[in-house]
Amino acid sequence: MTIPSETTAEPTTAITPAATGGSLVGRSPGQLMWRRFRRDPTGMISAVIVLFFILVAVGAPLISLLYGKDPYTTYGQDRPGLLNDFGFPLLPNGGISSEFWFGIEPGLGRDVFMQLVYGIRTSLLIALTATIATTLIGIVVGIVAGYVGGRTDYFIGRVIDVLLSFPSTLFIIAFMPVLENLMVKPEEETPVWLRAATLIIFLTIFGWAGLARLLRGNVLSLREREFVEAAKVTGASPARIVFKELLPNLWTPILIQSTLLLPALVTSEAALSFLGVGMIEPTPDWGRMFLRGTEVYTDDITYLMFPGIALLIFVIAFNLLGDSVRDAFDPKIRR
Amino acid sequence: MLRFLTRRGLSAAFILLIVSAVTFFLFFAVPGDPARLACGKVCPPETLVQARHNLGLDQPIFVQFVEWVSGIFVGREYEGLGHCPAPCLGYSFVNQEPVFGTIVDRLPVTLSLTVGAAVVFLLFGVGTGIIAALNQGKPLDKIASVSSLIGASVQIYFIGTLAMYFLVFQWQVIERPRYVPLTEDPIGWAYGLLLPWIVLAIIFTANYTRMTRSTMVEQLSEDYVRTARAKGMSARTVVLRFALRGTLTPIATIFGIDLASLIGGAIITETTFSLQGIGRLSIQSVNNDDLPMLMATVLLAAAAIVVFNVIVDALYAVIDPRVRLS
Repeated sequence: MTIPSETTAEPTTAITPAATGGSLVGRSPGQLMWRRFRRDPTGMISAVIVLFFILVAVGAPLISLLYGKDPYTTYGQDRPGLLNDFGFPLLPNGGISSEFWFGIEPGLGRDVFMQLVYGIRTSLLIALTATIATTLIGIVVGIVAGYVGGRTDYFIGRVIDVLLSFPSTLFIIAFMPVLENLMVKPEEETPVWLRAATLIIFLTIFGWAGLARLLRGNVLSLREREFVEAAKVTGASPARIVFKELLPNLWTPILIQSTLLLPALVTSEAALSFLGVGMIEPTPDWGRMFLRGTEVYTDDITYLMFPGIALLIFVIAFNLLGDSVRDAFDPKIRR
Repeated sequence: MLRFLTRRGLSAAFILLIVSAVTFFLFFAVPGDPARLACGKVCPPETLVQARHNLGLDQPIFVQFVEWVSGIFVGREYEGLGHCPAPCLGYSFVNQEPVFGTIVDRLPVTLSLTVGAAVVFLLFGVGTGIIAALNQGKPLDKIASVSSLIGASVQIYFIGTLAMYFLVFQWQVIERPRYVPLTEDPIGWAYGLLLPWIVLAIIFTANYTRMTRSTMVEQLSEDYVRTARAKGMSARTVVLRFALRGTLTPIATIFGIDLASLIGGAIITETTFSLQGIGRLSIQSVNNDDLPMLMATVLLAAAAIVVFNVIVDALYAVIDPRVRLS
């Protein structure tokens, strides 16, 4: 255990012996955090919900196998008696039946349940990759700016200023077709992986600046603290100071920010799909379900309800989880 | 104050220049010929060359950018197309007229949407925040925190569409949102935008409730609030004159960000309610390959962000005398 980590855990060490009632047990800040987290029912419930979404995403093929349908087959078009002449489900409530649990997609006639289950995969995969990339870039740039200081800091600061002033949604919408023109020949279709990669890159480019600015501020104040000075005096290399002295003190803001970033990116991705520049057919995607849902809502409101409620639960669970993680890390903040 | 404003103004202008340069070079570096659009469907080669020349597209991209920027300040002459007066943001190939006019036409819609919603969510958000802070831990506080959690997590294209479905089509309690100029019919203006205002407010209020509540709780335990109470001031004065003032700084910060992002184009809101504001305009210009129009909307959105940043920073000094502008 390094000196800095103990300083962060200071306020808690005094409480723990009383809580356990007796003999002193040495615990790492991570263990302490986990103990506090476990005692927070809201946090645990939201963690279970988040875990459930992740399990569904991972186990989508298994669910598909058990359920006996896949997200690509256009059941409504292949089988007569499911959709009417206008492409809307014949049964009430969006065609919900014992066979199609969440109904049938208007028009193409695909299974809504399967679309939703596989949609989590798309959303989570894109958002998770973008979150990891964003966090990594944010950490590196933030630490470099704060630790090196001087001109480097000034330059990075201006780049962050510009990025934060960029109307990112508008820019992505505008630039997506431009980029596709460059990468894909007009007669070819855009490959799914390319669109996913572009989305991740765009979300990352516009995402890291906020985290980097936050971490820079933290590093600036940490840099002046005694333990860093002590490390410098003892002749520690810059790498050691960054990795062993500074980074352990930054894990808390990093973890909190990335838990809050993930749901934000899931909704950003959904918003981009809703505006028509997200994932492309036939890859199932929540945002595109919203787009289709808002096209047909006057005739079939049920179709919109499923992605709407699913996304709502997902985002609420993640936001609550983020709050609980923050509380667990920083017992001084009481909401 | 003046020195601060000058300095921040200059850095804002610098940021805008960078944003527009990046956008300009990225967009105009694409293979594709905007002149073809200007020229129409049947386009003889010589007309195409003429159109390209008139629009200045035959010049090197750097020269084009310099001309574009100088056009904003001194106006620009388009050969064969006429004069484009001072804030000349370019010439729309699709509409066959200067971009600025269209922006001016559409801006009132976005501004009305923003201002109306902002008034609702600011008053409502801060109000609920104060009530929640004063009733800490009681049922009212719980209700406020649960509803703000849901509000913060819901998506505008979801509740906006639900509101349209139930309130407009099923129960018919309100008409389809539409824009009536304020100068023409103030009541019609408010009535036409009521639904988008409410829906936007639901989403934005949450942030203000949470922020107000947490800062207010902190402020209420400050020494100066206790002193005010001890002096025998009424609870009303203590909360509204003393504690509230301390909570205004963080609220001003998020209010600036929200206003800027809404003015820069409430793309999703305008799409959901089919209002013809700047947000819709930007989407339409993407679909029409109308690059000059798109450039103008990007610039407008970026300008809204940097201008509000400066305003918020200046406001800090007004709200909190301890803040020194530097």
